[in-house]
Parts: sequence; C-alpha cells; structure tokens
Amino acid sequence: MSDTIQLPGVNISAENTPAGLEGVGFFATRLDKVVGLARKNSLWPLPFATSCCGIEFMATMASHYDLARFGSERLSFSPRQADLLMVMGTIAKKMGPILRQVYEQMAEPKWVLSMGACASSGGIFDVYSVLQGIDRIMPVDVYIPGCPPRPEQVLEGILKIQDLVENESLRRRDSPEYKSMLTKYGIE
Amino acid sequence: MNVQELSEKVGERLRNRFGEAITHSEIHYDFPVYIIKREVVQDLLLYLYNDTELSFRFMTTLCGLHYPDQKDRELGVMYQLHNLGENWRIRLKTFFPIHDPTVPTATTVFASANWQERETYDFYGIQFTGHPDLRRILNMDEMTYFPMRKEYPLEDGTRDDKNDAFFGR
Repeated sequence: MSDTIQLPGVNISAENTPAGLEGVGFFATRLDKVVGLARKNSLWPLPFATSCCGIEFMATMASHYDLARFGSERLSFSPRQADLLMVMGTIAKKMGPILRQVYEQMAEPKWVLSMGACASSGGIFDVYSVLQGIDRIMPVDVYIPGCPPRPEQVLEGILKIQDLVENESLRRRDSPEYKSMLTKYGIE
Repeated sequence: MNVQELSEKVGERLRNRFGEAITHSEIHYDFPVYIIKREVVQDLLLYLYNDTELSFRFMTTLCGLHYPDQKDRELGVMYQLHNLGENWRIRLKTFFPIHDPTVPTATTVFASANWQERETYDFYGIQFTGHPDLRRILNMDEMTYFPMRKEYPLEDGTRDDKNDAFFGR
C-alpha cells in the first residue's frame, strides 16, 4: 500500500498505514491502531492562554502555520469536549485551582501540553504570586521550552502529543501508573 | 500657581486647622508632600474635600509604605489627592510602628478607597479601622504573610531546584 500520492511537483505524505491484512475491498488491522489513528488526527485542544505564549499560539492556529493541517482544526472552549489542554502563559497561584478544575472537567482520555517557560517552570517569574510550573498541580505530557516558543516549536509539541496518542495504550487511564500519578496530585 | 506657592498655600491652611498634626512638609519633585499624624487622616481628608477653595475631591491613589530602618515609623500609607478644577495635586503620608499597623479608613470620604485599602492590607498588612470589608483582594486567600513587606523574600519559597552558586548569592 502506497504511503504517498504523487502529483506533478508535489509530494503529499499521507498518514502511515498500520500493519494489517489487505485485499480487494477490505483492510484488517488491530482496533487499537485504528482508534489511535483516529484520536491522533482529531485532537480538540482547549487553549488556556494567559499571556504572550497565547499570542504565539494564535499565530500557530492562523493560516500561515495552520495547526488545522494536523487535525486540530476545532478548538474546544469547553473542557467537556476537549482532549488536549494547552496551558500557555504565566499561571498565578490564584489561578491554579481554576486551571485544575478545568483539567478535572475534561473527560478521559486527556493530555496536557505545557507551552513556554512560565507554564513549565514559572519562568522569570520567581515570585510569591506565580505558580512555579503547572506540573505542581497536574500531570503534564509534553513541555515546550521557549519564551515564547516559535510556532514551529508548538507544532513540534503537538506532534509529540500525537505520538503519545497514537502509541500509548487506549486504556491508559486504567493502568496502575496513571492511577498512582493522579493520586499523587490528589485528583480522583 | 507653581508648586512652591501651592505647597505654602495648602500647608498654611492645614497648619491653621490641624496644627501639630502636620509634622512635616516638603516638595518632592512636583508634589507638595505633607506628613500627618494618623489620628487626623479622616478629618483632614474631609476638610480638603469640603473646603470650597482647596476642593481636593479626587483621590488618585493610595498605597502602603515600608521603611524598615525608621524606628517606630516603619509602616506608612500615602494618599495622593487631586483638585480637578485647578489641577492641583498633593500627597499626604502618615507613618506608624510596625507592631501597631492601624490607620483610620478613608472610605468614609472616598468610596474608591475601598479596594485600594484592601490591596494595601493584602500586601502590607495594614489594618484600616472602619473599613467595611477588609480582606485580601489580589493574592490567594490562603496566603499567610504580606509579600511587599521587606522582611519577606520576593522569590517563591517553594522552589527547590535553585543552586545559589549559579545566582551569585
């Protein structure tokens, strides 16, 4: 089965096909591969943008960099429908419980991407009022370094999330490691 | 009217009315500044507000002060008033010891002092007696100290990944 479509002067790579049995009119493969493929290419991100990283993210969403190319066309501004929480910007300690509530309201499976120095570590804001990294209140899957990161880096981060979505167990939420990690954060 | 004239004019009126309660006056950049005793804060603000000539009817801002080296006058509050008609601006300061951080509220004269006094309480721990709702406004309610006081470090106390050798401390 061909992975590429050849057009004159254009080379568009299609999604890699998982291993499976192929015949005329049918293709058989493992269910988790298909589900992973579907999830990976239809992530609905919830942008939790608080400062300049949010502006950089807007550039990433806009036509020039166009996050929609990677299946994240639709931003979800409701945590109930989101798969991916993108935390972009400084999180004040007072905002911590709100961010955590947003995370808790998201349905499994869910992933968290921490964009920029502030969200990942507090950044330059080593002060009494700023949370020193969102991983103090919630688990984080991918960190994007930078102050702020360029849109290319954001895309790289999304692709890393996609790798996780594609390859990890569909029932990650049932694994003892995942449960113990949530317990460590005090999330039920 | 220049700053010098304004300073003398307001200073004279205040000294005539409040006498010893005006302990000092000076010109700081383009601001006449009066150091007053905290007991007269409310009366003095009301006097400046009601007086038809002075007519300081707008409070631009209010904030806390902390000078750890001033014995028994460590903490203070600064008020900045504006006469919008004449475009006169003055500053009032009052100081008190850190172990007795109380000062009468200005909300009886200026309703806008409400949130500003809450902020001053939040950051300096200054108790405004008579304030209708004195609780933290910007910081989280669980905070146990007053972060703008100079005895507290500015840095977040929960960081454990900082090696002082890399920060020149």
